[in-house]
Amino acid sequence: MVTLGDYLIVSGILFAIGFAGVMLRRNLIIILMSLELMLNAANLSLVAFSRFRVQPTGLPDYNVQVFVFFIITVAAAEVALGLAIIVALFRARRTTDVKDISSLKF
Amino acid sequence: MPPFLFWIFALLMLIFGAAVVINRNPVASALSLVVSFLGLAALFMSLDAYFIGIIQVLVYAGAVMVLFLFIIMLLDLRAEEGRQINWLASAGGIAVALALLIQIFYVIGHLKSAGQTFPPLGRSATDDVRNIGSLLFENYNLPFQIIGVLVLVATIGAVLLSRRDPR
Repeated sequence: MVTLGDYLIVSGILFAIGFAGVMLRRNLIIILMSLELMLNAANLSLVAFSRFRVQPTGLPDYNVQVFVFFIITVAAAEVALGLAIIVALFRARRTTDVKDISSLKF
Repeated sequence: MPPFLFWIFALLMLIFGAAVVINRNPVASALSLVVSFLGLAALFMSLDAYFIGIIQVLVYAGAVMVLFLFIIMLLDLRAEEGRQINWLASAGGIAVALALLIQIFYVIGHLKSAGQTFPPLGRSATDDVRNIGSLLFENYNLPFQIIGVLVLVATIGAVLLSRRDPR
């Protein structure tokens, strides 16, 4: 049988993949995609806990699913704004490589 | 859901999630991300969260991915493929990610309920969407309205940022 720990481990591996993407890649668009992977890994563990905490009524904990709904909405807004910033940056600098964008670097 | 289906979808999601990071072509990365999100939606369905699974397909595999592909095509990113890799920095990044993974495994290993299977669900008189919707509009009405304002602000911000001559 599939246990709660299996879902949490899969979610942890997905989070680590997204984290590695943020650390390794230098293309801003790929970094944004890796951030999405990390957000979704958090969502997966939240939904697994929601299914695990069955209420006395016999239903899953729907409070968590409402929370996941909010996270998805905020993540969609974040992607729209992030991509708008990347387009504005590309217009100014003609690049999306984080190595070439170092004006604020100490 | 039978265990082998869980492992098939989990492996699908993880392999294509790794492909997002490994691929050097941004278009291939974005398409891998679609497959990864579809596997994740299947995992949501296996947890009886049908509404969240459908929202995942509609919002991520639909809207967000079209946005990513649109921006990649608009910017015409080809220059990155010729760049060489800094092996020392890559090894450092992989080491940090592995350390994080070991920490996560350690925490899950010490979680008491990690080895338990999911308790069976009772039969509900109403369906999933109605349950979530009534909770959303009754208990979480104010956060829902705040989220609406947030989406409005994000829309205005995106339009303002992408204007050609911001005044």
